[in-house]
Amino acid sequence: MNKALKNAGGASVDGRLLLSMHRTMLRIRHFEETIRRLAASGAVPGLVHLCAGQEATNVGIIAALEDRDFIASHHRGHGHCIAKGAPVEGLMAEILGKASGMCGGRSGSMHVIDMERGNLGTNGIVGGGIPLAAGAALAARARGSDDVCVCFFGDGALNQGLLHECMNMAAIWKLAVVFVCENNGYGEFTAIDDVTAGPSLPGRGEVFGIPSEMIDGMDVQAVYAAARKAVDYARAGHGPSFIICNTWRFGGHHVGDKQEYKDDEETRAWRLRDPLLRSAKALSAAGIVSEEAIAQMEQDAISEMAALADGVRNGSEPAAQTLLEHVYG
Amino acid sequence: MPQMNLAEALIDGLIWSLRADPRATIIGRGIAGHGPEHAAEDRLKQEFGSRIIDPPTSEAAVAQLGTGAAMAGARPFVHYGTAVFAYEAWNQFINEAANIHYMSNGQLSAPVTFHLFHGIRGGGGPQHSGSPYAMYANNPGLEIVLPTSPRDAKGLMRSAMASNNPTIVIQNAQLLGLTEDVPAEDYSIPFGKAVVKRDGRDVSVIACSRSVIDALEAADILEKEGLSVEVVDIRTLAPLDVDTIVASVEKTGRMVAVDETYEICGVASELIASVVTRAFSALKTQPVRVGRPMTPVPFSPPLEAAVNPGTQKIVDACRRACKR
Amino acid sequence: MDESRLMNFRDAVLEALFLEMRADPNVILVGEDVGAAGGVFKQTQGLFDEFGDRRVIDTPISEPGAFGMAIGAAMSGMRPVFEVMFGDFMTLCMDQLVNQAAKVRYMSNGAARVPLVLRTTMGTGANLGPQHSQGFYAWAAHTPGLKVVIPSNAADAGGLMRAAIRDDDPVLFFEDRLLYNSSCEIASGLPIVPIGSARIVREGRDVTIIAIGRMVAFAQEAADRLAKDGVDVEIVDPRTILPLDEATIVGSVKKTHRAIVVDGAPRAYGVTGEIAATIMEQAFDWLDAPVMRIAAVNAPVPVSRSLEPLVRPDANTIENAVRAAIA
Repeated sequence: MNKALKNAGGASVDGRLLLSMHRTMLRIRHFEETIRRLAASGAVPGLVHLCAGQEATNVGIIAALEDRDFIASHHRGHGHCIAKGAPVEGLMAEILGKASGMCGGRSGSMHVIDMERGNLGTNGIVGGGIPLAAGAALAARARGSDDVCVCFFGDGALNQGLLHECMNMAAIWKLAVVFVCENNGYGEFTAIDDVTAGPSLPGRGEVFGIPSEMIDGMDVQAVYAAARKAVDYARAGHGPSFIICNTWRFGGHHVGDKQEYKDDEETRAWRLRDPLLRSAKALSAAGIVSEEAIAQMEQDAISEMAALADGVRNGSEPAAQTLLEHVYG
Repeated sequence: MPQMNLAEALIDGLIWSLRADPRATIIGRGIAGHGPEHAAEDRLKQEFGSRIIDPPTSEAAVAQLGTGAAMAGARPFVHYGTAVFAYEAWNQFINEAANIHYMSNGQLSAPVTFHLFHGIRGGGGPQHSGSPYAMYANNPGLEIVLPTSPRDAKGLMRSAMASNNPTIVIQNAQLLGLTEDVPAEDYSIPFGKAVVKRDGRDVSVIACSRSVIDALEAADILEKEGLSVEVVDIRTLAPLDVDTIVASVEKTGRMVAVDETYEICGVASELIASVVTRAFSALKTQPVRVGRPMTPVPFSPPLEAAVNPGTQKIVDACRRACKR
Repeated sequence: MDESRLMNFRDAVLEALFLEMRADPNVILVGEDVGAAGGVFKQTQGLFDEFGDRRVIDTPISEPGAFGMAIGAAMSGMRPVFEVMFGDFMTLCMDQLVNQAAKVRYMSNGAARVPLVLRTTMGTGANLGPQHSQGFYAWAAHTPGLKVVIPSNAADAGGLMRAAIRDDDPVLFFEDRLLYNSSCEIASGLPIVPIGSARIVREGRDVTIIAIGRMVAFAQEAADRLAKDGVDVEIVDPRTILPLDEATIVGSVKKTHRAIVVDGAPRAYGVTGEIAATIMEQAFDWLDAPVMRIAAVNAPVPVSRSLEPLVRPDANTIENAVRAAIA
C-alpha cells in the first residue's frame, strides 16, 4: 500500500476561496481531459503528461500566493500554469506546438514558460525547476523584496541530489522558498517505495532545519492551509518550508501509458478520494452553493475547454523561417 | 539467419555478453525504449532477471555507482532513457570514468557501458532531443559508439561490454525499428572500423548514426540524376577510422560530412578537419558540412523538421560539392 | 589627460566586476569562496567589502544547485556572475547549463532571458592533474544559446568581462590561470570589448596562425623567431569562440593562403576542427596547403612536471608547424 493512504487531514477555508479553488480545479480537470482526447486523436506531438487527480495540490498551493510570486513547475505542469493564471487557449496551443502557443510552438507541454505571471516554467528534467525557484528567491532577497517562490516537483525528484543542495542553501540563507513535493506514488513507471529509502519523507527537510509536513494532497482545503502557513512563514523572512502532498495521477506517466504496474484495488481506492468530489461535497455541505450550481460550474468548464479544441487544433503551425528566432537576444 | 529489428539485435548482443561474462550486470530499464520495439527487453528479463536492477531517478549517482562497480571488477551496463538526462551525470562520465585508467597509471579500469537514446524523435522538444556525442568525444578516455543497423548494434554492443574502457553506446531512438537478417550466433564488431555502406564514384558522404540512413536515401535520389554517391558510416566516433574515410575521399575527390548534431564543434567539423588535412590534394572542390543549425530543437513539428539535417539537405550538399 | 595603465589579467577582470557592480545594482557575484575569502586565486578581493553579503554570495560546494539558482535569479531580474572555481567542475553544472540556461530564451519564445556570466578558470601548467586542468569550451560552443569567451590578455579580459556582464544571454568566460599575472597596457576606463569580434594580433603575409587563449603568447614567440628568418606571420586571436568571427579569420587566410590553428585543449571534436573546417569550406580555393591543427594530445593532463608540458602546444611546436607549412 502506498505511504500516502496512511494520511488524512482536513481544514476548512473561507467559502468564497473554496468556491474559486473548486472552479480552477474543474478547469484544470477538463483542460486535461481535452488534451487527453486531442492526444488520443494524434493532435499532440511527442509525449504529454497529465495532472488529472492532482488538481488539489496545484490549486491549493498557488491559491496561497500573490500574483507577483514565482513558481517553477515540472513535466506534469499544466495545472500549475492554469492555477497561476495562464491563458488556457495559449497553453493548449503550445501543447499542440502551434504558432499561437504561449511559447510559439518552441516548448510544447514540457517547457512552458510564462514570465508575465511569474511562472519559471514546466521542466523536462526531473528536479530541473528546483534551483530555478530557489534562485528566484535569492534574487528576491538581493532586491530586498518579500516575493515568495514555490518549487513543485514529483516524488521522483526526492532522489535527486539537486533537491538536497537547494534545501541546504535555502535554509542557510533563509530564502523565501516553499518546496512542494507532489507525491503521486510513481516516478515514471516505478513505485516510490521501490526506489525511496527511509521511514520519513518529511525527515528529508527536517535534517536541514526546514519545517516539513506530509499532508493529504487530495484535499484542497488541507493543501491550502499548509501552503498558507508556509507562504506566510517565507514572506515574513523565516525561510523555506517543505510540504509533501500525497496525491495520485489518474492517468499514466504519459498519455498512452497502459499502467500495467498499477494495482486495480489501489486505483479504485484513490478514485474515491477524487479532490473534486471532496471539494464539491464540502461546498454543498457548508451550504455555500447548491449541488445544481456545482454541476453547472462543471458544465461551464467542460464547455470552455471543449470549445477551444477545434480552433486550437486547426491553428496555424509556426513558419520555418522563424526557426532561428530567440536563440539569442 | 533470423530477422531482428535493431532493438532486438541490441538486446541479443547484451544477452550474449551476459552469458559470456558473469561479471556483467544491467542497471536501468526500458533498454529497448518505450516505443513499439520495447518488448525486445523481455528476453533479457527472462534470462537474466536477477542481474538487472532498477535505479531511482538519480542520474549522477547511478553513473558513478556503475563506474565504481566497474573499477571494482564488475562490467555494468548503465541505461539512460534519454541522452539529455545524462547531462546530470556529466562529471561522472568525464572527470571520473574517462580519467581513471590514466590517473591510476593503469592500475584501474572502468569497463562500464553507458547506453543512451539520442536524436530528434518527434515532439521531443528542447530538452529531449539532444545528441551530445561530439561533446563526449572531445574527451580522451571514452569510446563512443553509434550503431545504425541491427547487425552492427549486436556486434558493437558485444564489443562495448567486452571493452576495458568506459564506452558510450548512443543510439538514435528512431532507428530501433530497422530490420534485417542478423546472425544468431555470438559475434562482435571491433571499434575504430568505418564501413562503406554504398560504393560510389563522384562524392563521398561521411556520416554517422541517423544521418547514415538519410545519406543512403539521398544516394538513391542522386543516382537517378546520374550522380554516384559513396556513403561511409564511421560507426565509432572514438576511436575514429580516418584511414577508411581518407581512402574514400581520395577516390571520389569530393566530401560531404553529415551529422545530426550541431555544426559548431560537431562531428562534421572534425571529419572535415581530420580528413582534408590528409586528402587535401585529392580534393577537387571544397568540403561541405551538413548539420543541425544552432538552435535548440523546437517542439512544433514543422520547425523540428526544419532543424533535422535530413535527406534533402544531403542531396543539396552533394549537388553543391559536385557543382550541379 | 587620461593615460593607460599597466595592469594584469586578474586585476583587469576584478576591475570590470567593480565597475559593473557599481553601475548596476542587479549585478551579483555568486560562487565558492568568492566573498570574505576573496577568491582562491585572489580574483574577487575587495568585492565583498564594498558590496556586502547580499551581492557577493558565498555558496556551499553545491555546483549544480548553486548554478541552477543563479539561472533562476537571472530569469527574475538579476545579472549574476557565477564563479566555478575550476572549469573541470563545470561538468557538475551541465544539465543547468545546457538544458536550462541555454534554452530558456528560446523555449519562452523570447519572453524570458538569462543574463548570466559563468566565469571559470582553466588550463594546464600548474601541475593540477587530470581533474583540475581541462579546458571544456568546445562543448559550450556546441550549445546554441550560449556565448563563449576566451581572453588571451589583460585588456581583452577586462573589456570582455564588462561586455559579458552587460549581455542579455548566458556567457561562459574562460580564464587561463597562467595568464593571471600577465600584464599589458590598458586604456583608461577599461574599454568594453564587444563579444564576437576577433583581433588581428600581428599582421603578416606568409601564414595565418589562429590561436586560442594562452596559445596567442606562444604564437607571438614563434612569430618573433620566424621573423628573423624572413617568415612573416599573421596572428588572429578569435577572443570569442561562439559566436566566432568567421569573417576576420577567413579574410586573413584569403590573404596569406595558409592557416594553422592552435589550441591548448584536446583536438578531437574541438575548436581547432571547427575553425579548420570553417576555413576549408569558405576559403578552399585560396588555400595553398591544407589547414594544419595543433592542439593538446589525446590524453588526460598528467601532474608530473616533466610530462605536463608535453600535453599542449608551445612556441617550438608552433614554429615547427609554420616551417612545415611554408616548406
